[in-house]
Amino acid sequence: MATIPIGAEGRIAAVRAARRGYRVLRELPMVPLVVLTVLAAVAVLAPVLAPHGELDPVKPTREQCVAKFGAADCPYVDNAPPFWSAGGRLDTPLGTDFLGRDVLSRLMYGARISLIVALTGTLFAGAIGTVLGVLAGYMGRWWDQIIMRITDAWLTLPSLVFAILLSSVRGPGLWNVVLIVALVFWSRYSRAVRGEVLALRERDFVKLAEINGIGKLTIVRRHLIPNVMNTVMVLFSLQVGVAVIIEASLSFLGVGVPPPEPSWGLMMAQERESLLEGRWWLEVFPGVCITMLVLSANMLGDWLRVRLDPQLRNR
Amino acid sequence: MDKPLLEVRDVQKYFPIAGSLFGARRALVKAVDGISFTIDAGETLGLVGESGCGKTTTSKLVLAAETPTAGSIEFEGRNVAQLKGPDLKDYRRKVQVVFQDPYSSLSPRMRVGDIIGEPIKAHEGVSSADVRARVAELLELVGFRPDVARLFPHEFSGGQRQRLAIARALSTKARLVVLDEPVSALDVSIRAHIISLLESIQARLGVSYLFIAHDLAAVAHLSRRTAVMYLGKLVEVAESLELCARPLHPYTKALYAASLPSHPDEAREEIVLSGEVPSAIDPPRGCHFHPRCPFAMPRCSEQEPALVELSAGHRVACHLY
Repeated sequence: MATIPIGAEGRIAAVRAARRGYRVLRELPMVPLVVLTVLAAVAVLAPVLAPHGELDPVKPTREQCVAKFGAADCPYVDNAPPFWSAGGRLDTPLGTDFLGRDVLSRLMYGARISLIVALTGTLFAGAIGTVLGVLAGYMGRWWDQIIMRITDAWLTLPSLVFAILLSSVRGPGLWNVVLIVALVFWSRYSRAVRGEVLALRERDFVKLAEINGIGKLTIVRRHLIPNVMNTVMVLFSLQVGVAVIIEASLSFLGVGVPPPEPSWGLMMAQERESLLEGRWWLEVFPGVCITMLVLSANMLGDWLRVRLDPQLRNR
Repeated sequence: MDKPLLEVRDVQKYFPIAGSLFGARRALVKAVDGISFTIDAGETLGLVGESGCGKTTTSKLVLAAETPTAGSIEFEGRNVAQLKGPDLKDYRRKVQVVFQDPYSSLSPRMRVGDIIGEPIKAHEGVSSADVRARVAELLELVGFRPDVARLFPHEFSGGQRQRLAIARALSTKARLVVLDEPVSALDVSIRAHIISLLESIQARLGVSYLFIAHDLAAVAHLSRRTAVMYLGKLVEVAESLELCARPLHPYTKALYAASLPSHPDEAREEIVLSGEVPSAIDPPRGCHFHPRCPFAMPRCSEQEPALVELSAGHRVACHLY
């Protein structure tokens, strides 16, 4: 047995804390975290970082291009290629779109739209679904019957078709898309949360609280909600990815965020033909952005599922 | 003599089970079928019986988690079923429980200090500093250092968790603690420790226990009197030592025969019960135990034996006596 010198406890504690910090750092899912951080930073700092406005065509225009490089090096009307291709320019590194707007700047502002819709929409959906799920699971009886039958019916609706229906009622618009995401996806949470609550309700610590005469609301707040948070957080991060896709799809179909806003889905929609005409960058870059965001959200969700369980946390 | 702390009189609890889709007949499960017992202040009553005999339903009735179908439960001279509002709250403060499974009875997301302090906060309007001081006292009472209050339950072993559950049950100065098989889920080596802890706590605080178990040795050690339950009814009630030395009811004898002897050379009566516990939906006529009883007489299947007092404090429900 190793002997520990008197007075060394403080140092040992410090070493332990440092080791623990290192372990957390080591286990962090670096790739998705970096991607999400970068995207969030870009979204917040878009007005500072973006080389051009997201709505205005970049000057100089084609005439100036031809004057500078000659007609042969300016093959595209307003559609400048990325900087490494012939005719590309460094001040519009990812090229320009059919109106001569800088793709990079639009992607940066587009991150705002995607993140706002995905985060707030999923947050509302999670809040509605969690409350209804806890209510159904804990109150039981006809609360359960009514809420779960509605949830079942909701889950049978194909989400995209339902979203299109809702947006045709509400009309296009950023906050309408947020509302739609909340209305379409709450049922995922209520179903999962109700199942968890049904199991928790039978656990002795909940029965004990009831026998101790602790109020229903306190039991919900102190014993049920914290114990379903795992599930909710994991679902949340997975649903963020789905919400990004729904927003992009709605915008792609012309019923989401209206032009000229730089939504990634809308950017892809407006350049549908350009892929066939060889202007691949107008389609690929927004697509890559959507893929990265969705993939990162899913990876983070998987990591959270393991990490948020206090019984796995300190191992 | 003083009135007992808890007086259970002819309590029945029947659970309806849903009939089939087309049949209107609804069956009743007679989980508890007319039992009576009393617990004095500072006393322990042991309640033994095999699984499904109604022990847990009895504990739920005492805890006012279920209301009796018939009969009454009186606590400090007041009928529990009629308690309302602040009186019921006071009852819930004075009567606490320790469950069998210490892995399920402590909320995994709360710190130990909050778990033990929860009933205090719910029942007494005291400051959080006072709650913390009380929690520290309680932790010391069950043999922990006060600084474990900031840990989570999963950092403790089963026996340690059970000690935490006991601390919680005592947090509101309970008069009666229902111990629902508190040691059944623990290692044999830990059991003795928990039992003696419960004993010393009783000596210090004067709390009463209703000790439910199927471990006869543990019951005999902790409780002054023991009641034996079979299929919703009490078949024998006696002082624990008396019951050990002279079990009268054939079922009690069989229970003792089935428990491990304290010495390998000990000679004892072999009684092996055949068959299984009959269904509580449709219990046998007469004495509930007669289909399995080695001493059954014709009378046993017709007439139900009453619980009669044979000698001082030794009551038994059997036609043999």
